This record gives sequence, structure tokens and C-alpha cells, in this order.
Amino acid sequence: MHPSTSSTVTLNINGEKHQLSLDHRTTLLDALRERLDLTGTKKGCDQGQCGACTVLVDGRRTLACLQLAVAAEDQEITTIEGMARGGELHPVQQAFLELDGLQCGYCTPGQICSAVAVLEEHAAGWPSAATEDVRPEHGPPELTDEEIRERMSGNLCRCGAYVSIVRAVARAAAQQDESAKEEAA
Amino acid sequence: MTTTPLRPATAAGAVGTAHPRVEGLEKVTGAARYAAEFPLPGLAHGWLVVSRVARGRIRSVETGPVLAMPGVLAVLHHGNAPRLRTDYERQFGAHDQTAAVFQHDRVPHAGWPVALVVAETPEQAREAAESLTVTYEEEPHDIALTADRPEARTVDDYLPGVTEKGDLEAELAASAAVVDAEYTTPEEHHAMMEPHAATARWEDGRLDLLDSNQGTTWVQSELAGLFALDPADIRVRSEHIGGGFGSKGLRAHQVAAAMAARVLDRPVRVVLTRRQMFSLTGHRSPTVQRVRLGADAGGRLRALEHRTLNHTSTVHEFLELASIPGRVLYDADAHRTASELVPLDVPSPTWMRAPGEAPGSFALESALDELAEKLGIDPIELRLRNDPERGPVSGLPFAGRNLAACFREGARRFGWAGRDPRPGVRREGRWLLGTGTAAASFGAGAGPSTASLTAEPDGTFTVRIAAADIGTGARTALTLVAADALEVTPDRVRVRIGDSAFGPAMIAGGSTGTRSWSWAVMAAARELRERLAAAPDIPADGLTVRADTTEALGTLSQKERHSFGAQFAEVAVDPATGEVRVRRMLGIFAAGRIVNPLTARSQLVGGMTWGLSMALHEEAVRDPAFGGLYGGDLAGYHIASHADVPAIEADWVDDPDPEDPVGIKGIGEIGIVGAAAAVANAVWHATGVRHRHLPIRPDRVIAAGAVDA
Repeated sequence: MHPSTSSTVTLNINGEKHQLSLDHRTTLLDALRERLDLTGTKKGCDQGQCGACTVLVDGRRTLACLQLAVAAEDQEITTIEGMARGGELHPVQQAFLELDGLQCGYCTPGQICSAVAVLEEHAAGWPSAATEDVRPEHGPPELTDEEIRERMSGNLCRCGAYVSIVRAVARAAAQQDESAKEEAA
Repeated sequence: MTTTPLRPATAAGAVGTAHPRVEGLEKVTGAARYAAEFPLPGLAHGWLVVSRVARGRIRSVETGPVLAMPGVLAVLHHGNAPRLRTDYERQFGAHDQTAAVFQHDRVPHAGWPVALVVAETPEQAREAAESLTVTYEEEPHDIALTADRPEARTVDDYLPGVTEKGDLEAELAASAAVVDAEYTTPEEHHAMMEPHAATARWEDGRLDLLDSNQGTTWVQSELAGLFALDPADIRVRSEHIGGGFGSKGLRAHQVAAAMAARVLDRPVRVVLTRRQMFSLTGHRSPTVQRVRLGADAGGRLRALEHRTLNHTSTVHEFLELASIPGRVLYDADAHRTASELVPLDVPSPTWMRAPGEAPGSFALESALDELAEKLGIDPIELRLRNDPERGPVSGLPFAGRNLAACFREGARRFGWAGRDPRPGVRREGRWLLGTGTAAASFGAGAGPSTASLTAEPDGTFTVRIAAADIGTGARTALTLVAADALEVTPDRVRVRIGDSAFGPAMIAGGSTGTRSWSWAVMAAARELRERLAAAPDIPADGLTVRADTTEALGTLSQKERHSFGAQFAEVAVDPATGEVRVRRMLGIFAAGRIVNPLTARSQLVGGMTWGLSMALHEEAVRDPAFGGLYGGDLAGYHIASHADVPAIEADWVDDPDPEDPVGIKGIGEIGIVGAAAAVANAVWHATGVRHRHLPIRPDRVIAAGAVDA
């Protein structure tokens, strides 16, 4: 490949560094799927409309199909493959599995990455379009089903698993609250 | 083989108890690999180029400049592609040239594949494909589906296009109340989340295909026909499938990948782009429907006529049998159902979740609601008064018809009793509130299938069957069925699916998959138990038996076999902004024995979510000027998102089919049937205005307004 159309970059994915020579046109999504064999991140539309490729970049939700891989250097990227820790599923993954928050499974990694970030965004006090009172002093709104639906709306599911997904996210949120209280006590 | 159950279902068995998906762990960790996710040495990437014109001939394909681009290996088009056979006998449906790519210079619709560019990397293939110049001799196109098309005609599909009895005009004239209305539904798309993808390899004249499809032996037989091969020389695998809904059969991508792999003698992967999916993977045709109902003062139907028209392409004759719900749901002295098609310069439509029933039930169940209004009879009561004893068209008895039980249970749980029938009288702030209901039915079929079952020396069992789990939970259901049939716990059963090497099996379609495959698994289990009873020692390589249900299915009695359901919806409508918000939905179904309540509920709620989406959101708009879609992607084509979907509940009444070895009827499609009508009827109840054209968009709601109650 002509040197001016490719670069050597180091990507930090799930805590592991990968050095790659990349075509500048390669999206983060294609780098994950085609170059690193991390195929858990899904390609549903390749144009930022469906949410299937949602990953966390420096802890924030990002659509991997809309980011060029060369621009992701020096960022901490977490994919679905990095969600389980020490052989234990993330509480969101566990809830999806037990409450059947999936059918065909293709939107699932994106839904789970999104849901993990939703819990963090909510805990950090971020409002959503469904939040009644957005004044900072009001604190985080209650994470109602309506709040979860609004915050998860960037992730499409064509099988129609939304009802179970919302239930799974709510359960993971409740568990997180429980463990936070235990830690505080 | 007989149709007698192997053994009665026991309360202690696995069937009927909630079980998480057996492949769920792989799916929530990202480990499950779908069709485009297998790395192969030497893999090349194909990118389709599709037509920008809607009708005409290809004048030239300027391959020279593209072949000089970095990494480009080949450009296939009608001038150089291998020849295909198209006159072979098909397993399902009529003669179809939709997937026979690069065989001629004719362009039948916008988005038709005109070339495949193959390169070393996806980036190179994409850039080269986007650079390819194709010139056309353009011809005027015709894409307008209207009720008055003179060339409309009927055809017979798996059911007749037309049924009729009695004198419609006389019965309508003698009726106390008559409804005569036109309803339309738009072009709708499957829009499953996983794009169609295939990787083809040839070795010693044999084709190996990694694909995403609803039936590996089905796609195998189609490819065998096209490439003039013995099916035994083709292996198709499709282990995980990111949704199908009727669209994942033989498509351009498998054929193009197989051609390119043969020409280049190396593996080639072709993945459709989201935009290409909107012209290459089928869709639900728009429909124009007219319903005429006539009843006596007590609500008994004297006349029922349902006429429907759909478009098809010029390369495939596809009939959307939208007139069929009335053949099952209601009898009348004069009864006529007729579905017609008209070929236009559009892509080929195909089956889409509840083909026929989904659009047809919107019109018929809206019309029933209009009749109830005219007669001053409760909509549920009107349906119960017209619940027939036998098939209205066939005269055959029903293999279970528990529609009335669904309505009774649904009405109780939804709180239907005491509903004020007057429209436009419930207000809550800016919202007008209303409730609606509709009936549902869907055919319960089964297709011949083979399965093998192995008793392993370690005490476990392996089922091999060319089934497809497109998100239905079939893999898990078969595990539970096999466990019960073998009288072991499910953790001792391994179910392997999605490989044509396992032998012929029914596709995941028509809500028949799990029933068809379970039948074969039950038959194999019985044979294995007999063999083990006679000789309990298992050889080192296991003891394997095979079963084939072809003969047993032939002995099934002639009956009307269907699932039924009662749909309920509550909506809030703001006539000033045109917003319609569904607040809750409830569906109660009589759909045979439920194998796995956890995944079955997901299937039924998923179908109802489709109904909500169909009622309010989905509409592919074809531009009359260029003949293609405006916004043919997931930003232009709206499907319901999280924020659109409220609490939706689905449940069922006891309804086992005594003639099925497990008691199954099928649950993949019944959930969508009638759901859009229930929403539309609720919108009427809220506003007093009938919406007969889907989707019920904000602009339509604003234009229609609300009655001044």
C-alpha cells in the first residue's frame, strides 16, 4: 500500500495494545472486525443509524462505524468482548441473558455497551430528553422505564425485544444501586 | 410412522418451563459468529454495484479504469459472468429470476445489481465499486400502484387467489348495516439488523458457503439449480442469523459470491450494504384493499368481500395473499376473497412476517370495527357472534379454535368491560384517549424434515438438523423437546443446526419451523429409545439414528389448522401535533403448546411490536421521478425504537394441537396479525376519525382532526 494512504497506529482495546498498519479509510468498526477478529461489535448499517456497532471510547458511547480507526489512537476502547471481567459477566450481560433481552442477538452487543454507558451516565447525573427537571441541583432523575427507553433509543432492535431489554437494564440498575448502598454501608 | 404422540407430556418435563437461550451466553459476550465474521486465508471482498435507473438496458460497463485501481481483482457483469440456469424446479414459490444476477443487459428496477467489484480489501472494493461507470439506455418506468390498474390479475399461490360463494350484491342489499371502504398499506421492509452476507469457496468443483439464511438446504437447492450442480456438491452453513422475517432466502449476494469465487479461484465474501438491502432483499408490497361487509341487525354477517391488490416485479410474480384472513375468521352467506397483483418496475416483493395476514388483517379488522360502530354492538361481541363452527371456505372442522377464549381472557385482563363505545370523549390534558381490539389468525403448518440423533458414550445426546434459529429460540426449543423425548435433562442434549450436511429440513418460515423440526426430533428420539431398549451398550463412536417426517405429515387429517389471538391497544392522540402514542398493548393467543414460555413471550411481544411499528411508523416511499426509494435506509425507513414501545404484554390460553407430537402450532407470526388494526381502532375511539391508510402519520392525524365531542 502507498505510504501516504496508510499509517501504523496503536489501538488500545479492552486493555490490550494492538499495533496495526491501517488504510486511512478503515473505520474503527472494520479495524475491529476485519483486522483484529473482534467480531462481537456488529455492523448493522455502517452509517450511524442503528447503534449495532456501539462501543465505549474513553467510557463514552461511540458508533464505531462513524469513527476512523486512525483517529482512535491513544483512546481507551471497550468492546463487548471486554465487558465480562475475570470470567464473570457484567450485570447488564447477566440480565440480558436471564430476562431474554435478545432474540437474533445481532443488536445485542451494541445494546449492552449502550446500557452499560446509560447506567454510568445516569449515575453521573446526566439528564435525558425524558427528564422532567434538568437543574443540576435536582440530582439524577429516577431511572424509570421511560428514562431507560429514551436513553436507549439510539439502539434499534428489529426482533422487537425492547420490552425485555428495558426490563434487563432496569434490573442491572437496581443491582448497581444495591451494591453502591452496600459499599457505602 | 404414525402421528400418535411418543408419550404424553408430563408436568415435570422441560417443555413448558422457561429456559434461557442455549446460545445466549455466546450472544451476550459477542462470541457468536454471524455469516460475515469468519476469517479465511486469501479472502477477497466483493462489492455490488446497483442500477441508478429504474428501467432500461445496460449500454456499457467501463471496467478498464476500475481494474487499474489498487487491489482490484475482477469486475463481474452481464458481459463476462458465468451463465446460470433459471428453469430449475423450486422448493417454494413460482419461477423467480430475482437472484439470477449478471445474465442479461435488462434493468428491471432501480437498485438492480449490474456489477460486482472484487478486491483485496473492503476499502478497495468499495472505492472501486463507487468509481465504476455504467451507462444505460433509459426507458420510461411505471411504479404507480393504484386500485384501477387494468392489467391486475390473480394467480394461484400455495392457496387459491380467489374464493367465492353466494350472491354478494343481493346479501348486501338485504343487510341492515353495510361497510364499504378502501384501505391501503405502504411498501414495508424487513430491515433485520444483520445485513445479508455470504462467503463462497470452491474446492474440487464443490461449493462451500458461509451464509445467513432461513434454510440451509433450501439455499443449497436453489444454488444447485442455478449452477447446475448436484446438491450434494454444495454445503451451506448458517449457524447464527441476525434476523430473517422472510427475507433471508436466495439473494444476489450468495450468487455473486459463488460466481466470483469460481472465477478467481479463491474465497470471496459479499456483504450487502444497508442501502442495497432496500432494493435486493425483498419487501412487503404496498396493498390497495377494499372490504365490503353486510350484516343483519343482530350483527350476523350476510356478506363479506375482501379484495386486495399488490405490486410485483417484472422478474418474479409474487402474490400478497392479503385477502386470506376472512377465509378463516368469519363466515357469511355471500363470501368472496380475491387477491390480485400487477407487475411494475419495482424490486421483487417477498414474504415478510405474516405475509397476507399482516396487511389483510389491518383492513378486515378495521372494517369489523366500523361495522360494530354502525350496528351499535360491542366489537368483541360482534366477533363472537360471527365465530364459525367450520372453515368458512373449506367447510372443514377446526383443529382447535380458541378465539373466543382469547377474547374473554383478554377483555378481563385489559379491563374492556364497561368501555364507553363513544369516540372522542376521553381527554387527559392535550391527549385524547382510546382503546381498540382486533382478532388474529395464522395458519399452523409443518413441512417434511429429517433429523439425526446420536447417543454419545458419555451419556449425552447430539441432535443434528438443518434448522435455522433466526432469533425465534428454535435451538432452545428443540433442546427442550429432545430432552423430554429422551427423558433426560436439557443439559445432556446438544442441538446442532444450520448446516445443509445434516439433510433436508423445513425452513424457518410460515411459523412452521419449530413444529416441523420438533416432529423430526420426536421421531428420531422414539427410534433411538427403541434401539437403546433392545441393546443398551453404546459403541465408542456413538449410536446414531435418522428420522424423516415426510410420510407422517402425509397422514395428517384434513382440518383448518390455525393459531388465533385477541389484540388490545390503548392510545393517546394529540390532534394538534398529530402524535399517536401507544400506551399499552395486550395480546392473548391460542397458539398450540408453548415449548419455552420465556422465548415464546419474546416472539409474541416482538410480533406485536411489529404491529405497532406498522401502524404508526413504517413506510418506504418510492419516488415517481426516479423509481427508487427516498431514504432507503434506517434513517429514512422508520422502525419502532425503544422510546416508541410501551409495556407490551403477551400471554396465551391452553391450546395444544392433539395431532402434533408435541402439541405445537407455531408462534412466529401470529403476534403481528391484527395488531395494527387494534391500534387504528383505538385511534378512532380516541378521535372519532377513521384512519384507513397506514402508517397513521402525524400529518394524517392533523389533517383528519378529531370529532368535536
